[in-house]
Amino acid sequence: MRWWRPFTKSRKFSAEPHPIEPAMDSKNLYQEVILDHNKKPRNWGKLADASHQAEGLNPLCGDHIWLSLKLDGDKVGSIAFEGESCAICKASSSMMTTNVKGKSVQEAEELIREFRDMATGQLDTGSQLHHLGRLSVFAGVRDLPSRVKCAILPWHTLHAALNSEATISTEGDRDPVETER
Amino acid sequence: MTSSSSVLQAVRPSGALDVESIRADFPILKLKVNGKPLAYLDNAASSQMPQQVIDRLVRYQTAEHANIHRGVHYLSETATAAYEGARGKIQRFINAREAREIIYTRGTTDSINLVMHGYGRAFIGVGDEIIVSQLEHHSNIVPWQMLCEEKGAKLRVIPCNDAGELLLEDYRKLFNSHTRLVAITHVSNALGTINPVKTMIATAHEQGVPVLVDGAQAIPHMKVDVQDLDCDFYAFSAHKMCGPTGIGILYGKAALLEKMKPFEGGGDMILSVTFDKTTYNVIPHKFEAGTPPIAAAIGLGATIDYLESVGMDRIAAHEHDLTVYATEAFRQLKDVRIVGTARDKAGVLSFTVKGVHPHDVGTILNEEGVAVRTGHHCAQPVMQRFGIPATARASFYLYNTMPEVDALVAAIHKVQKIFG
Repeated sequence: MRWWRPFTKSRKFSAEPHPIEPAMDSKNLYQEVILDHNKKPRNWGKLADASHQAEGLNPLCGDHIWLSLKLDGDKVGSIAFEGESCAICKASSSMMTTNVKGKSVQEAEELIREFRDMATGQLDTGSQLHHLGRLSVFAGVRDLPSRVKCAILPWHTLHAALNSEATISTEGDRDPVETER
Repeated sequence: MTSSSSVLQAVRPSGALDVESIRADFPILKLKVNGKPLAYLDNAASSQMPQQVIDRLVRYQTAEHANIHRGVHYLSETATAAYEGARGKIQRFINAREAREIIYTRGTTDSINLVMHGYGRAFIGVGDEIIVSQLEHHSNIVPWQMLCEEKGAKLRVIPCNDAGELLLEDYRKLFNSHTRLVAITHVSNALGTINPVKTMIATAHEQGVPVLVDGAQAIPHMKVDVQDLDCDFYAFSAHKMCGPTGIGILYGKAALLEKMKPFEGGGDMILSVTFDKTTYNVIPHKFEAGTPPIAAAIGLGATIDYLESVGMDRIAAHEHDLTVYATEAFRQLKDVRIVGTARDKAGVLSFTVKGVHPHDVGTILNEEGVAVRTGHHCAQPVMQRFGIPATARASFYLYNTMPEVDALVAAIHKVQKIFG
């Protein structure tokens, strides 16, 4: 069974799970949900029995996170992160862990791509199909080029962990996800 | 929360400058950012340009441009005269003995790399030592590390105290018979510490060791006299002193420059070329291969005219007032830590807000029209010394005002409210 609903024009779908939102400006970036995840990050820590892990580093601003996860068959059984980072990176990490837990690797990779596209302005969460749900609160970073990498770092790190790359860095123009595609 | 007026009374600005008339010279300061008046407090990264310098660049491109040197036509002679005229202005500005001691580079980083390649690679070898300080910008660390790696030389580091002041006793102890060069910053870009370079140069010279001074953060803000300092090399950039990007200066004592090897080969740096032998040009041309950024060099000359018309001493006094005022205001902010509290300090205020990452501070300040820099400021060893990943940094220049400091303080209150 698909984990997301296919796009249809039915009233039910248009009402949820992806309500159409206007693109946010930078003023709305520090929303309650982001501040909450920054203050009380979910899935904080390190898994003792991780099957995959990776380290993510943003040398530009010093964001530094460690991600560990345990695959249960094809699904992300458990996942945890820790590190030192800005609020955007920490909240993005926290919300990522709650969102990918229980999803298949393929579904997680799809979310990674969609999140990246949203943050870089290639996916308009207001008008295009996506599975990001509440993660669309991060759409505002597209207006803040210097903060895009903060939001994307945990997703790049997840991609690296799933592909058994030990360390990724957002330094330079190399985009690990882009390279992969 | 302290009202700004009480702080203002406590500090009593000396009124060193007519700031409003200076601000009128800088068109960019009229900008609004996110609907708020721009408070540009990122001058340690790069400064803004007055109309006088913009006009000079336009005049050059409109009526004076051709390639310099060896041209016999009118425009080439005009451009050459303006380009070499700017060199003379720079020589007088820093009180170098001769214009040929002034080498045009792309900026401070390029100047330091020139010394690394031209002097370091020729005169520093296996087992030799280079002294740098804890406070250096990466541009005065990495070239020397590269040289050490290539030659098997060793980097020695002058430590600093918790205020961000270099420990001069430890500095003296670093010298030994292998010491070949000291490379130190005049003013720390991350903390604002003004290092006692004159004393430090004298110490090195007692041991017969030459000294390179990274002056990027000093020359825009204070009178620098290279003969008085007796430094062997002095490096700086135009864009931090109201001038254009892409141009900087390496001052070097003529005797040392003459001993050095050229860094880059090409046109203009030679006297004659055959396939058997090339004879290098004299200094400074030996180090200026290829067509330089002519307009930018002339713009730097105009920048010096502008700064001298205002007066370096008055600029320094004004920035001192701003720094004292801002420091006092910051001390009264709860949960705000000033990083770098040296007694002798330039107009740089590095700070952290408890529980908030500097990048989040910077983004929210930007929403209020306040431009500061956040991050490690290309000085990671400084951040490591203070056990922090990054800071937010406000840095002042001649056109900044106390109301802009107030806007900064108000914006920090907003940061604390959002993250409270």
